[in-house]
Amino acid sequence: MDFLNRHFRHWSLLPAVALFVLLTLYPVANLFRMSVSTIAFTEGHEVWTFTPLANLALLRADEVIAPAVANTLLFVIAAVTLEIVLGVALAILVAGVARGKGFVRTVMILPILVPPVAIGSMWKLLYNYDFGIFNQALTAIGLPSVNWLGSTSLALWSVVVVDVWHWVPFVFLILFAAVAALPVEVLEAARVDGATRWQLVRRVMLPLLKPAIVVALVFRAILAFKVFDEVYLLTSGGPGTSTELVTLHLYKVFFEQNQLGYGALLSLALIAAIVAFLLVGRRAMRAARV
Amino acid sequence: MATLPAALRKPRAGALPTPPALGSGWGGAAALALAVLAILGPFAWILTASFKYQIAIYSGEWPFTPTWSNYAEVLFGRRSDFAANVVNSLIVASASTALVLVVGALAAYSLQRFRWPAWVSGTFLGWTLVFHMIPVMTLIGPWYVAFRELGLYDTRLALVLTHVTINLPMTVWLMRAFFREVPHEIEEAAVIDGCRPFQAFCKVTLPLVVPGLIAAGILAFIFSWNEFPVALSLTSRDLATVPVAIARFAQQYEIQHGQMAAASIVATIPALVLMALGQRFIVRGLTLGAVK
Repeated sequence: MDFLNRHFRHWSLLPAVALFVLLTLYPVANLFRMSVSTIAFTEGHEVWTFTPLANLALLRADEVIAPAVANTLLFVIAAVTLEIVLGVALAILVAGVARGKGFVRTVMILPILVPPVAIGSMWKLLYNYDFGIFNQALTAIGLPSVNWLGSTSLALWSVVVVDVWHWVPFVFLILFAAVAALPVEVLEAARVDGATRWQLVRRVMLPLLKPAIVVALVFRAILAFKVFDEVYLLTSGGPGTSTELVTLHLYKVFFEQNQLGYGALLSLALIAAIVAFLLVGRRAMRAARV
Repeated sequence: MATLPAALRKPRAGALPTPPALGSGWGGAAALALAVLAILGPFAWILTASFKYQIAIYSGEWPFTPTWSNYAEVLFGRRSDFAANVVNSLIVASASTALVLVVGALAAYSLQRFRWPAWVSGTFLGWTLVFHMIPVMTLIGPWYVAFRELGLYDTRLALVLTHVTINLPMTVWLMRAFFREVPHEIEEAAVIDGCRPFQAFCKVTLPLVVPGLIAAGILAFIFSWNEFPVALSLTSRDLATVPVAIARFAQQYEIQHGQMAAASIVATIPALVLMALGQRFIVRGLTLGAVK
């Protein structure tokens, strides 16, 4: 106990640093080593071979990576745009309602806390061709059933809808707090000066909400980039490569094709892309004076 | 200690700040009702499906005769490991939550109180941020390789350690915000009265940040319970967690849709319970990081 007290300053940070070094920094360093190697398992032992160019050759031969990158970008842009627009609109609309806000907040937290896998499995049932709620509704009004997850042109958009459902509440919660913190005097002054409701939103509220919107945008963009669980459940990347995303492809390279070396190369590229985006995002947040 | 800083005060339930009115509330009320319906509708539909026989799900009949058979089959059926998966998830989530609270609270306090050189705290916090943003999938490959080498592949220890690592950034940032609000003078008074530094931390400062520990603990538990890609990649059938089990349900050749719905509902129960117990803590936990 005496030792703990005397050296508290020094050891207090140690467990966290040790954990980060062993489980994040060392693995990232290992990624570099893996990315120039071919790793095989023979009789339970890892056999590393130094093959600096083999993984680059695999990258060149990889026909899935290009659609995966394209799908990921499309997914992130479409989902985050919709989430921001809907979340902001909802937060502004709800601000004028006098009652039931606590209840709405409770409901809105729900999708954020439910296991993403459960959300994927739930929506897989909702989208089911034979008995899902959407096709039930279509049949009820005499329209033909739609293959929501099985059609190459539609599957990615069905996945976007699930992500929007999942994350509009998050944008809403951030913006809801921001709207509540808006200076009442400024809004009153604008109204006294004869601003219409649309002008009030467009010229006064949105500019004041910009910092919160940028925060929500950056958070959502990064999280959308990481999406895996729901899509793994819903489509696993299919049909064909129509919903193949970077993270899904990475999983398949690692654990279905057992290409640990090539997977490491992809991982490094992905980390580099994220860091670049973080730097850009930080500048955007600074520019919005967050 | 007449008035405590804002973060330490117990948040009052339902104490939402009054927002500026935007004129009449009709459009707002309609949007609100629609949003609630859109969120709850899918849950309600799945809930009813979980009480239906497969045949009733297909026919879409209404009203239907409810049955517990899906839940019974999922939780107690001879061909189902789901009960074991639940136990396993509870063990991993509890252990990793306890561990991340200890490690995270210590680190957050250390960074907040002790004057670490700027490069130490800057590097640490910067890296937590970067790590938090990286898709965890990028590190699963090296984790897999390292855990196999160490003989930790397919052990609970591997899952606990990785979940602690994944939840550490959130815990550190959250706890730092709470420690920041504890007046330094309280500790100084304790030290003058003869408290040693570690003692002062345990007996004086920690009790003041219990709301923060609850918020971080609830979130860490839920994230660990929900975590899928690591559990999928680092465990085999015996140690599968609930999300992995649900994924297997959804990929069977002959999907039992009612059981899939029931398993999904069971998987959301911890989140519901924790939310009912500590919603006010969760809201602050989820928004604090974004606002500060």
